[in-house]
Amino acid sequence: MRFAFTEQQTQFRDAVRQVLDKECTPDDLRSVFDAPEARSRRWATLAEMGVTGLTVPEALGGLGLHLLDLVPLLEEAGRAALPEPLIETTALAAPLLAGFPSDPAAAWLEGMASGKITAAVAPVDRTGSVPASMFGTSVVPAADGADLFILPTAPKTGDLGTVELHAVSAAYVTVSPVASLDPTRRLGTVGWEPSPATLIASGAQALSALRDLADRAAVATAAELLGLADRMISIAAAYAKERNQFGKPIGSFQAVKHLLAGAQVKLEFARPTVYGAAWALGDEALAGSPRAVRSASLAKAYASDAATEAARVSLQVHGAIGYTWECDLHLFLKRAWALAESWGSAADHRRRILSSLVDETNPAEV
Amino acid sequence: MDLRFAPDQEAFRADARGWLAAHAPAPGSLPSLDTPDGFEAHRNWEQTMFADRWSVVSWPEEYGGRGVGILEWLIFEEEYWRIQAPVRVSQNGVFLLAPTMFEFGTDEQKARFLPPMASGEEIWCQGWSEPDAGSDLAGIRSRAERASGDDGWLLTGQKTWASRGAYAEWCFGLFRTDPQAERHRGLTYFLLATDSPGVTVRPIPQIDGEPGFAEIFFEGVFVPDSQVLGDVGQGWNVAMATAGSERGLSLRSPARYTEAVSRLISLYTETLERDPTRASQHADAVAQAWMDAEAYRLNTYWTACRVLAGGAVGPEASANKIHWSETDLAIYRAALGLLGPEAEFTGGGGAAGNPWLDGFLFALAGPIYAGTNEIQRNVVAERLLGLPRG
Repeated sequence: MRFAFTEQQTQFRDAVRQVLDKECTPDDLRSVFDAPEARSRRWATLAEMGVTGLTVPEALGGLGLHLLDLVPLLEEAGRAALPEPLIETTALAAPLLAGFPSDPAAAWLEGMASGKITAAVAPVDRTGSVPASMFGTSVVPAADGADLFILPTAPKTGDLGTVELHAVSAAYVTVSPVASLDPTRRLGTVGWEPSPATLIASGAQALSALRDLADRAAVATAAELLGLADRMISIAAAYAKERNQFGKPIGSFQAVKHLLAGAQVKLEFARPTVYGAAWALGDEALAGSPRAVRSASLAKAYASDAATEAARVSLQVHGAIGYTWECDLHLFLKRAWALAESWGSAADHRRRILSSLVDETNPAEV
Repeated sequence: MDLRFAPDQEAFRADARGWLAAHAPAPGSLPSLDTPDGFEAHRNWEQTMFADRWSVVSWPEEYGGRGVGILEWLIFEEEYWRIQAPVRVSQNGVFLLAPTMFEFGTDEQKARFLPPMASGEEIWCQGWSEPDAGSDLAGIRSRAERASGDDGWLLTGQKTWASRGAYAEWCFGLFRTDPQAERHRGLTYFLLATDSPGVTVRPIPQIDGEPGFAEIFFEGVFVPDSQVLGDVGQGWNVAMATAGSERGLSLRSPARYTEAVSRLISLYTETLERDPTRASQHADAVAQAWMDAEAYRLNTYWTACRVLAGGAVGPEASANKIHWSETDLAIYRAALGLLGPEAEFTGGGGAAGNPWLDGFLFALAGPIYAGTNEIQRNVVAERLLGLPRG
């Protein structure tokens, strides 16, 4: 057993942290809030470092690495609340396309590695169904401004074998933006027509790819939530050291200490669940097994709860100043709230875990 | 990264599993270790394990162990809990005193105390808390004065909440050797026999009615110099090494919770058949308890690998203690919820007759002993997050 990141993985993480400390500051995030459509240099910098193409095959200009290698970088993306779609492009679309080699897929993948292409991926769950929102249609994160769309067709009633998976260029879709509390989410509904030219997989292949996608999305999102939780706690701890009331720093009061300590403990225990899940999804013997699927759900449920607790506590520690637009905290709170519900909430994943465990205690059922 | 055990570790697991299957008493077949009969039955089980070198696998061979590493210890624990083998009556000595003795003890002390500790021949209790020194442990007032022969110390005062104190042969504890020194300074760590002249042990019935702990009175108890652990006046530092083990890796192995949640899932599945409404009311709590146990298992492997790579467990031990004690409670609360009105049934033999109820009562102590969880949250806030002391 070697449950730790390698020195190389850790060094890559440190390098990405350095870049994001400079190129993804709270002021940068505020300018994205004001003008979400403006493209920054940041994504190109990440492409040059190999981050955007981390999961793209080497022959197509990428690093040919895996979700496990990406997880520490996703944590950094979360710490910085990186507005660009690293999850959608590098954790989801690239590995999916790499699994179905074709000339168009190769071109998309090269574009991802060079930083020219970003992707949007329609949320699906493991049953292959596209969850309709309360607004009656599926809302896709990072849709507004994406170059490539990964879109499943809804299965015809009762027959998952009819699912199809398409990779569609922005030229052939109509995006209607959907407003989010976090404007960097760039949500949209997507109008499109399936065609043979965009089809990448159908039937059992498509279903298996969608399940894989849902699991990877849960873990990748969980990794960003770890980073967000870490950032919110450190902002609040720093504030608790400098803000004085009753003649001393508020961080010296037990009521404040215990809020932050509780959030920190949740975060500490969420971390290994995410690392363990990323390992299990990439392990040949385990991938797709109930154990691997449960580990992905464990990671997402734990990280969602850790981040929402960090958000609650960090706001409370700040008091009224934390409730203002001027304080940077809300830039991270809003992303955390959105991602906690994205690709399955903690409650969704708890339910999945329990039904999977019950299935295992009833092995006789066929 | 690889979360799989190596082939030689799996071979070690197979050995442990085979031996335990052949020797361990059936689950629940021993009387409670807080009764005189149960205490002796549990001691005999320790002797059986010691005879085949399974009682302290991670200790060096010269003291009765197998000299295996921390991952093998975790594997042994997984097998131990998987077959629901008896609670370890020797755990205060083996898990709390021994790590300190390996770090601070003289060769003579190790040779004298470790083998009978490993065999269960000598059971240890902890003498730290006092009536006026609980969470504020540095407020210890029990004192030790130099004996007239200048070959040892005379101990006077009172200790309390000593787990296993009702039956233990030996006690390790902190006493003030320098009355001028304040708080953390001037304390010394002593090892003493509970049958020494001047020692009075008064068992205290716990919440389940059994004498699980005791208060201990000292009236001029002579303790020779050879039974001081570490340097005179350095007791606090020596004790904190033990506290680290208690909160950290060695006291509560994840296997204990992994085993309990697998029984919880079975209880949930049965409840789903009998009373689906009640089952659904507690579904979230059951899932969360399973998740908490699984997160603890993963965090333990993560920490163990960090330690094997040369890292240390510092204030993270406090985060660990908060998590395992709350996990333990969450498991048994969920189970009692599933049992509903039957949760209070004891089966006639006291709480021990209902394993879920018994486990719940045991778990209730977790957030209190080894430093309350409130004290641990202070440690996390001050030492992991750098907040100022109050």
